[in-house]
Order: sequence, then C-alpha cells, then structure tokens
Amino acid sequence: MASDMRTDIAGSAAPRSDTPLGDVVLKTEGLTKHYGGVHALQDANFEIRRGEHVAIMGDNGAGKSTFVRQITAVEQRTRGRIWFNGQEVSFENPLEAREAGIETVFQTLALADDLNVPDNLFLGREKTKFNWLGPFRILDYRGMREATLAGLQKTAVKIPNISQSIRNMSGGQRQCVAIARTATFHSKLTIMDEPTAALGVQETAQVENIVRTLKEEGEPLILISHNMRQVMDLVDRIVVFRRGRIVANLRKEETDGQDVVAYITGAKTQPEYDTEPA
Amino acid sequence: MAETTQAHGIGGLTFDSKKRHWPNEFNVFIALLIMIGIFEVLGQVVMGQSFLFDSAGRFDSIFNEARLTIIILQVSIIGIIAIGVTQVIISGGIDLSSGSVVGATAMIAMSFAQVATVNGNPNPTLALGPAFADLPLVAPVVVGLICGVIAGGINGFLIAYTRIPPFIATLGMMVTARGVSKWWTEGRPISFPTDPYKVIGGGLAPVFIFVGLAILFHLVLRYTVYGKHTYAIGSNEDAARMSGIKVEHHKVLVYTIAGILAAIAALVLSSKNLTAQAGMGVMYELDAIAMAVIGGVSLSGGRGSIIGTVLGALIFGVIISGFTFLRLDAYYQEMVKGAIIVAAVVLDQWRQRRAAMR
Repeated sequence: MASDMRTDIAGSAAPRSDTPLGDVVLKTEGLTKHYGGVHALQDANFEIRRGEHVAIMGDNGAGKSTFVRQITAVEQRTRGRIWFNGQEVSFENPLEAREAGIETVFQTLALADDLNVPDNLFLGREKTKFNWLGPFRILDYRGMREATLAGLQKTAVKIPNISQSIRNMSGGQRQCVAIARTATFHSKLTIMDEPTAALGVQETAQVENIVRTLKEEGEPLILISHNMRQVMDLVDRIVVFRRGRIVANLRKEETDGQDVVAYITGAKTQPEYDTEPA
Repeated sequence: MAETTQAHGIGGLTFDSKKRHWPNEFNVFIALLIMIGIFEVLGQVVMGQSFLFDSAGRFDSIFNEARLTIIILQVSIIGIIAIGVTQVIISGGIDLSSGSVVGATAMIAMSFAQVATVNGNPNPTLALGPAFADLPLVAPVVVGLICGVIAGGINGFLIAYTRIPPFIATLGMMVTARGVSKWWTEGRPISFPTDPYKVIGGGLAPVFIFVGLAILFHLVLRYTVYGKHTYAIGSNEDAARMSGIKVEHHKVLVYTIAGILAAIAALVLSSKNLTAQAGMGVMYELDAIAMAVIGGVSLSGGRGSIIGTVLGALIFGVIISGFTFLRLDAYYQEMVKGAIIVAAVVLDQWRQRRAAMR
C-alpha cells in the first residue's frame, strides 16, 4: 500500500493520519474494494473539507459508486481506512453511517411509494412519543410534519401537499423528497449519486437549486455526475476515477471540460497519481 | 387534462387538487351499501319484506336488530383472523396457516378448559386426564395464546431468516398445524368446557372481541412505529432496509401477531361451539384473505387498512345473511362470494393502473 500519502488534494498541507484532521470532514486512505478478482476500487485517497462541494466523475465502471458504497457501508471494504468528522470510523451498516451524519441520495432513491412525504423523510427514525411502548410507540405526526415543512423550506422544494403518497408524484418531486431527507437531518456530509440522471430540464434545475442552497449553508457535498455543465456549475473540485483508481484531483478554476474529459478517457493522468502499471 | 393542471413552485412541479386521494375505504363502503340495497330491493320484491329495516311495525326501532347482529356475529371469528392477515398482507406477505392454527389451538386450549365431571359422570372426552380438568380460565387462554405465538413465530422466523416465500412457509404451517390438531386426540373431539370458558364466545362476546381488536389494530397500524414500518416494508422492502428498519425482526413480529389473532379466534370459536374438533377452521384462512382483499388491502403490499377489512367482513356478512334471507341455497352464496373476490382485485388493479397513468 502506498505509504507516501498523497492527500494534498484539497490544496493545503496534508495532515498526517495520526494528527487531528482539522476541517476535514471525510478522509479515506488506501480505500480498496475487490469483488473476487475484480479490483473495483484501488487505493483511493480522498478528502473533503467543511463547506466544500466535490464532484466525482468517471466512466461507467470507473469505481465511483463503489467508492460511495464503501463510505456509506452499503458494502464492506476490502481494506483501507476512513476518517469521518475527526475520528476513524468503521460503519457496520448504512444506518450507522447515516446516524453518524452521512446522508446519501441513492440512484434508486430508496423511497416507499405508498407513504407520504413526512413518512418517507423520517422512515427508520420516526419522531415518537411514549417510547416505553417499544415497537408500539406512538408516532409524532405533528412534529414530523413540521420538521418536513422546515426541511422543504430549507431546500426551497415546493410540494403542495405533503400528505400525498409518493406514488403519485413526478420524478422530480420524488428526487426532491429524497434530497430533502438529507436536509431535514442536518447531515454533516451529503452524497448524491447521479441525482439528475433521470430528470427533465426543469426538474434538473430544481435539484441544482437545492445543491446551491446546501453550498450557501456550508454543508459539504459529494456529487457523482456525468453532466459536465452541472459539475462545472456547482462544485469546487473534481476528482476523476478511472479503472478503479483516482487519476486526477482538479480545482474547478484550474481546469475545463476538455481537460476533465482527457482525464476520464485516459488521455491524461496527473503525474502524482501515475501508479498504474503501463 | 392539461387545462386542469395548475403549475406550482419552481422547476415545473405541478399539483392538481382534483387529483387528490380519495380513500379506498370509501369505495368499499359504497359497495357495502350497494349490496345492502340489492338485498333490500330483492327482499321487497321477492319476499315482500325488508332486509335490514324493521318489518314488524314496532315504534321503538327502525332497524331489524336481529339481522344486524347476525350479520356481524357470523363474521366476527373469521374477522378476528382477518385483522391479523391484513397486517401480514400490508407487510407484503401472506398467511395461509391461520385456519389450521385455529384448529390446533382450539384442540390444545380446549383440553385445558374441560370440566372433570358431567352430570355426575366423568367427562367422557377428557383429553389430558383429570389433573388438567377444572382449571381456572387463565390456563386455556394462556396455553392458546402460546400456541399462536409458536405457530406465528415459526412462520415469521422462516420467512425472515431463510428467505423462503411466505406462501411456502405458511403453506407448510397450514399442513403441519392441521396435523397437530388431528394428532392431539387422534381425531376425537374435546367437549364440556368450564363455565368461565363458555363466556369467551357466548352471546355477543365474539362481536365485542372482534370490534375491540379491530379498533386496537386500526390504532396500532395508523399511529405506531410498528404500523408505519409494516406499510414501509410492504411498499418497498429495500428502501425500508436502507432506512435502517430491522426488516427481519419486524417480519417475525408481524407473523407472530397474526398467529396470536388466529389463536384468539380459536378460543372464541371453541367456546362458542362448546367443543373443539380437529377439522375446525378449515378454509378460514381463505375467507380471511378474501375479507381483506375485498376491503381494499393490496396483495402486493403497502396498501390497505383495518377499516377496509372490517367493511370487507361486513360485505361477507351481508352476502351470507342476504342469501339466507332470500332462502337461496348456500351454493349460490359461494359462487357470488368467489365472483366478488375476483371483482375486488380487478377493481384494485384498475385503480392502480389509473393512478400510475396520472
């Protein structure tokens, strides 16, 4: 494993792995995932700081989603270390990651169609009363409704009737509900996996507005996207994955679309990442 | 439809207040009224008397209470099972074992509820010997409930942890529990319960138990975390799991509760009949599922309610009473019942497709 740490990806001095991480929200070192013989993710060293929005780009199968699945503990990593919020972490399951403050909008959205908006936002962590009743504790519908309205307001999402079941909502509204879920819980880190892939032009604009709101509020975000215009519009930094490895770490103002494409396709690799056998 | 769509919000999010949700239970209620109406008209035309209203010309009443009572009483016991089945179906499963669990539980519980002597002679049907006769009421009730917990718990455990389809797991329990009910006394009926035991199913007690449990489970499904998670798992099991709901734990609980309700039905039934027989409860599971389905509980999970199931049960009661009232043979009853079950599912599918097209 590469011991010379190339963690200087935020453009500042690299913190040693045994020192406090300062304003680094999430940091991975040597994060690796093998599916049998397939090396889906290889030695990923990644960092994101407070208030920073980072895009992860790369071709299909480059390891983007695999990377996210290791951080959120949807899968268990083969090796590597993860620090979150100043502490080394080892989440057992997605709920632990979520409780620690990593909110993920999955491509599949993970919504229950037959439930309404507050029910979906609070699924698995309902506000309740009479907690001594165990599984039969009483739902605090009012509290959840109010928190939902506040969360939707924060993201500027307008859903006229939040008591409607999700089933009858448009793709954009559903996406907004999934995203509002992250905003309602004051997450410390938001991860969005291709949030606009299935949306129309106007709905995409709506989602991008939410991302801008998160930026204004200083909430860090990892955005996985194929949309170059969107990435250039929204983020501070672009990390490019190729064949399971990180091949570039680019500040937005120091790059452009063509440059990023060159890294994605393999025409270029930043020298410090050039470890792939020829 | 374009002119009725009104744009709200940014990004072209639209909402049409005319597309507001109209509760499915309301449709079921209308269906119930239509059934009653049909029998009322047929009654006036064919029998020359009213189906539901008082025909005796009494001053103090407009309804025929006797008929109303019978309509509810005859569906109460299967209705209790249907409450448990409803929450199983909402969670995305199915329970085929409830009828057999009724049989097995009735046999086992009844053998703890027998009197030692009948008219000065030893009870000829004593199942467990004199030491188990004349026990207090709590004995058969607790034993019965334990039977329900075991049967339901095994169902839930198999479904949650071995991942076999609920249909197969509960089919296995259906056959096994029926075997237990026959093995328990090698097929002999168990009779002569103690006086306190007779109270459970005596008079209108089944109605009160049914209505009480229906209200309790309506509240549980609507206002507790248990209920919310039941709907969530039936609606999208993966989403529920990703949201941190302990899906396996929850399924065990859902099926265990269904088992307990089947056991309660068994206590009421054996008490009402003053006897327990190995063949008790045959086909009850299908009637219970039918009540839920007629009441709008979706077999694909996630949708339905106890109110719907109670209305479905009442539709059953009206059909049975109506056919008896018109002095028609029971064969026709079953034919109509079958047609209504299919019609209810067709209607539900149609509603779902229409909702999806919006």
